[in-house]
Amino acid sequence: MILLLAIVVGSLYAGGLYMIMRRVLIKLIIGLALLAHASNLLIFTASGLIRGRAALVPAGGSLDFRQVADPLPQALALTAIVIGFGVLAFALALVQRTYQVVGSDDLDQIRSTDT
Amino acid sequence: MLHQVRLALPILIPLFTAVFCLLGWRSLRLQRAAGVAGSFLLLAAGLELLRSVSQDGIQVLHIAGWPARYGIVLVADLFSAMMVVLAGVLGAAISVYSVGDLNARHEIFGYHPLSHVMLMGVCGAFLTGDIFNLYVWFEVTLIASFVLLALGGTRGQIEGALKYVTLNLAASSLFLTAAGLLYSAAGTLNLAALAEALRGPDTPAGLATVLSMLLLVAFGTKAALFPLFFWLPASYHTPPVPVSALFAGLLTKVGVYALIRVFTLLFVTETAFTHNLLLVLAGLTMVTGVLGAVTQNEIRRILAFHSVSQVGYMIMGLGLLTPLALAGSVFFMVHHSIVKSNLFLVGGIAQRLGGSFELKRLGGLYSAYPALAMLFLVPALSLAGLPPFGGFFAKLVLIKAGLEAENFWIVGVSLMVSIVTLLSMTKIWAEAFWKPRPEGRAPGRGGVSSRLWIPAALLAVMTVVMGGASQGFFDLSLRAAEQLTDPSSYVRAVQGSEP
Repeated sequence: MILLLAIVVGSLYAGGLYMIMRRVLIKLIIGLALLAHASNLLIFTASGLIRGRAALVPAGGSLDFRQVADPLPQALALTAIVIGFGVLAFALALVQRTYQVVGSDDLDQIRSTDT
Repeated sequence: MLHQVRLALPILIPLFTAVFCLLGWRSLRLQRAAGVAGSFLLLAAGLELLRSVSQDGIQVLHIAGWPARYGIVLVADLFSAMMVVLAGVLGAAISVYSVGDLNARHEIFGYHPLSHVMLMGVCGAFLTGDIFNLYVWFEVTLIASFVLLALGGTRGQIEGALKYVTLNLAASSLFLTAAGLLYSAAGTLNLAALAEALRGPDTPAGLATVLSMLLLVAFGTKAALFPLFFWLPASYHTPPVPVSALFAGLLTKVGVYALIRVFTLLFVTETAFTHNLLLVLAGLTMVTGVLGAVTQNEIRRILAFHSVSQVGYMIMGLGLLTPLALAGSVFFMVHHSIVKSNLFLVGGIAQRLGGSFELKRLGGLYSAYPALAMLFLVPALSLAGLPPFGGFFAKLVLIKAGLEAENFWIVGVSLMVSIVTLLSMTKIWAEAFWKPRPEGRAPGRGGVSSRLWIPAALLAVMTVVMGGASQGFFDLSLRAAEQLTDPSSYVRAVQGSEP
């Protein structure tokens, strides 16, 4: 399972970087989204996968923490997803505005501030 | 517990100021008053924090009383506290300036609340003692800065913002990756616990070095380190002057702060590789930045390229990793923030009086406005490192540290870059101030409100004071650097104060 997820994470990174380097604006956004997904999935995978055992302490009982899934990476991934969502929403608005102002979605046209 | 609340104040004050500004959305006058008051309160909170840290040592606040390994902690050592004071100084100066400079089109879309959200993110990043929390504060800072940069919506701003957003988001996802891998390697996100875990026998040294390189790329992008600086000259000259000044003074410093924090606290085992790499990058950053600046003919673009170049000096001290060198870095960061913001503010006044940022179209400012010329000369000479200003002493400390470490090439590079910096400042002086006004150019709008003059003048006075009282600043920086080079004091402070 870990191997499969590792391949998925790697493909997401590769796809994200490839899309960022394309010339079309909307592909840039897709690339950034893929990169964000790749890191979220990586956080989740890297801390070890344990299926079907949530870290819930039974009433009055105790819990062997090695036998249950670590809840912290899940919390991290959730936080990162929320942040990524907000940032991506802004980036989409920015891309739409760029298209309106520049009149093109070709990144090679967007260089009036370059030096 | 209760007295430790002063650690949270530099985050809470900007938060409440921003909320207050949002509540007063319809009244620009209310927003301005709240913005200025909030910045000065932040400055006061920063000074109080610095006083207590300097008196009682490193301060720690365990949020909600969780032990450090599980909860989030805020930690203020001298370096953090100095950076918070710096954020307060710049926030205060720029909030006053922005009241006089911004037009309603910027203010109406939320300049005041956004600038305070950004200050909150910056202070949070300076104070947190948890690597994932650092990521969150980075994102708070980033998203506020994205909007500030695009506010106004001219073509240049939108294009600059697009590049800034793309590169910073890519860097953020690298940072997140590194944070996740650090957790899986060490089982904690707390910086103090990480510092212990990474030195322990359980973590292979190679893994720590790989993680340090991921963080180097992530923070290096935010700090505009070579070769990751391209977003900075493409974007810093586009927004209104107060936004540029705030970015130039604080944003790259957050990246540099994070680099100094992780490369003094976490990754100090493989210094032969990591810190020598930092030194090489520092040298390349200095040279490329200053060469870029020499080719430019627009005041704000010149200043933006110098921002890149000066980051090299801050990283030079980190690469040398001696107490003296780090003291030089800390001193230089404080000095550079004040000077660079000051130069942007003076550039803004020059644009109002002379009608342009382009050196070709400017001229005659010295004969018409000698006070402005003096106001430019102080930070410009300090940036180039001429005595008796603060910049001279900051560079002196760095160069002395470089000589003591017998790293002669970086000393040579930094001295050369200083000369080219002076050349570039002389160019602005000769073109904008000394040469006669070009034929057919009408003077600018003339009158400039005292709200623009006073902050610029006060920052210039601070530069002079940093030169005059350089011993005091140096002693403080050296104490901060000694805390940085002794990570065990940080670890002890965090673990010793557990509830």
